[in-house]
Amino acid sequence: MTATTATSAPTWGSMARARIGVEIKEFTRSREQMVFIFFFPMMLLLLFGSVFGGEEISPGVTFAQYFLAGMVASGVFNTGFQSLAMSLAIDRDDDELKRIHGTPLPATAFFAAKVAYVLMVSVVQVAILIAIGVVLYDVSLPGDAAHWWTFAWVFLLGTAAATTLGIAMSSLLRNAKAGSAVITPIVLFLQFTSGVFLVYTQIPSFLQHVAEVFPLKWLAQGMRSVFLPESFEAAEARGSWEHPATAIVLALWIVVGLFLAVRTFRWTRHDDN
Amino acid sequence: MGARLVRLDCMSEPAIRIEGLHKHYGDLHAVDGLDLEIPRGEVFALLGPNGAGKSTTVEILEGFRRRTAGTVSVLGVDPQHATREWRSRVGVMLQGTSERGLLTAREALQYAARLHPDPRDVDETLAAVGLTEKAGAKPATLSGGQRRRLDVALALIGRPELVFLDEPTTGFDPEARRQFWTLIESVRGDGTTILLTTHYLDEADYLADRIGIIAAGRMVALDTPKGLRARAAEARVSWAEDGAARSEETSTPTALLRELLARTEGEIEHLEVTHPSLEDVYLTLIGEAARDAASAHESEEVSA
Repeated sequence: MTATTATSAPTWGSMARARIGVEIKEFTRSREQMVFIFFFPMMLLLLFGSVFGGEEISPGVTFAQYFLAGMVASGVFNTGFQSLAMSLAIDRDDDELKRIHGTPLPATAFFAAKVAYVLMVSVVQVAILIAIGVVLYDVSLPGDAAHWWTFAWVFLLGTAAATTLGIAMSSLLRNAKAGSAVITPIVLFLQFTSGVFLVYTQIPSFLQHVAEVFPLKWLAQGMRSVFLPESFEAAEARGSWEHPATAIVLALWIVVGLFLAVRTFRWTRHDDN
Repeated sequence: MGARLVRLDCMSEPAIRIEGLHKHYGDLHAVDGLDLEIPRGEVFALLGPNGAGKSTTVEILEGFRRRTAGTVSVLGVDPQHATREWRSRVGVMLQGTSERGLLTAREALQYAARLHPDPRDVDETLAAVGLTEKAGAKPATLSGGQRRRLDVALALIGRPELVFLDEPTTGFDPEARRQFWTLIESVRGDGTTILLTTHYLDEADYLADRIGIIAAGRMVALDTPKGLRARAAEARVSWAEDGAARSEETSTPTALLRELLARTEGEIEHLEVTHPSLEDVYLTLIGEAARDAASAHESEEVSA
C-alpha cells in the first residue's frame, strides 16, 4: 500500500503505466464519458437498425449491416477525436493540464497514456457494437485471419489518426464551452458524408469527394470490407475496397495529426501565457 | 551518484535568483523590473494586492510562463528550459483548485508518488495534512480547505527542495487558515525552501522569514516582518486625561510614559501603547506605489 520505493527512479514506462491507470480509473468513474462512448453509439445502432435496418441496400446486405460497419468506424473516430479533444479542452480550462505539466511526467508519456486509453476504450466499444450486430442484425463475424488482419490495421491506423487529430483539435478550441459547438458540426458532417448515417454511394458525388479527403470515409470503408460479404465490394464507389488507398490516407492523417499536435499543443489556457 | 554530487555543488547557490525580470502584455507591464534572491531553506512571502504581478512572477519561476526580459535561475536551472529532473525537485501548488477530480485523495497521492524518485510515504503525507479520515474521498466531497490541503500534499509528495504555494489560503475561514499555517510550519522544519504568494498580511507575517511587497510589478519593500514593522518608527501612546481622549505619536514612548506617570495619580485611564501593525506599513507602501504608478502614467500621457 505504501510507496516508499526509494531505490528506483521512475522510468518513462513506469510513469506512462501510472498515468494509464489514472486515465482508466477516471474514465470508468465518469458517467458522461461512459454514456457518450458506450451507450450513445449503441443507442444509434439500435435506433437506425430498427427504423431502416430491414431494407436491403444490395443483394444480401441490409442497411443495419452497412450501418454497423459505419458505427464501428465512427465509434473509433469519435473516441479518439471528439471525446479526447473535448476532455483535453476541459482539462485545460480547469488547469488540470497545467497541473500535469508541473509534475515530472514526460509529455510523451502523457500522450502515450492517452493513446493507450483510447485504444482500450475503443476495443470495448467496438466489441459491444459488433455483439449487437451479430445478435440482432445477422452480421456474421469474419471466419478467416485475412479479414481480422484487415480489421486490426484499419482499427489501429484509424485510432492513431483520430487520437493525434483529437489532441491537435483540442488546442484549436479556445475553451471547452465553445468546443462542442465547433466539434459537433464537424463530426456530424463527416458522419453524414462518409457512409455512416447514409449509404456513401447514395450521396451527391461532390460530397463524396469532400468526404474522401478525411479519414472517416476510409475508416468506414475499411470496416465494411471486414463485416460485409465479398459480394458488396462491387457496390462500393470505385468497385473496390481500396485497401492500399485506405492505408495511405489514414497514415497521412496520422502524420498531419502528429505534426499539428506537437506544434499546437498547449498546457495552459489561451488567456494564460 | 553523479546527481547527488551536482546537488551538493549547488547547495551554496540560492534557491531562486531573479535579475531584472520583466513580463509585458502589450502595454501592460505585469512585472516591471524585479530583482530577488531567495536562499535555500527560507520561507519567503510575496505579498501584494490582486494584479500586482505576484502570480505572473511565480508562474515564470514555475516554468509555465515565458518572460519578456531578465534572467531567472531556480535551483540552478532556467525554468523556461525545465527538465524532468528539475520538475521532480520542485513542488507546485497552483492558485486555483479543482473539485472535478475523479481520484480519491489517496489515489491521487499514490499516482503522484510514482512520478518521483524518492517520494514521501503516502499515508504519512495524508496524516500530515490531516486527511487520513478523508483518504477515500474525491475532491467533490472535500471542503475547500481540505482540497487545498490535498493540493499541498500533492506538491510535497515528491520531497521537493523548493515548493511554490500560490495563494494557498484564499477563501479560507480563519480557523482553516490557522490549521493551514500549522501545516506549513511543519514543512519548513525539514529545510524545504518555500515561496508563497498571498494577499493576507497576517499570513506573510506569521509564516515568512522575509516578505517581499510587490505593487504594480515592482518590489516596493523587501524585509523581515520585524524590519517592515520597524519602518514606521513612531509608537502611538493613547490615554484619557480629564475625561478627554488623548493620543500622541512618539519615537520615545517610554519617556512619554514617565512623564504621564509623574503627573498622574493612580491609574492612567485607557492607557495604550501601540506600534504600527504590519498592515499600516503595508497600506502605506501600496498607497505610495499606486500614487507613483498613477503619476508616472500621467506624465507619460502629458509627454505624449
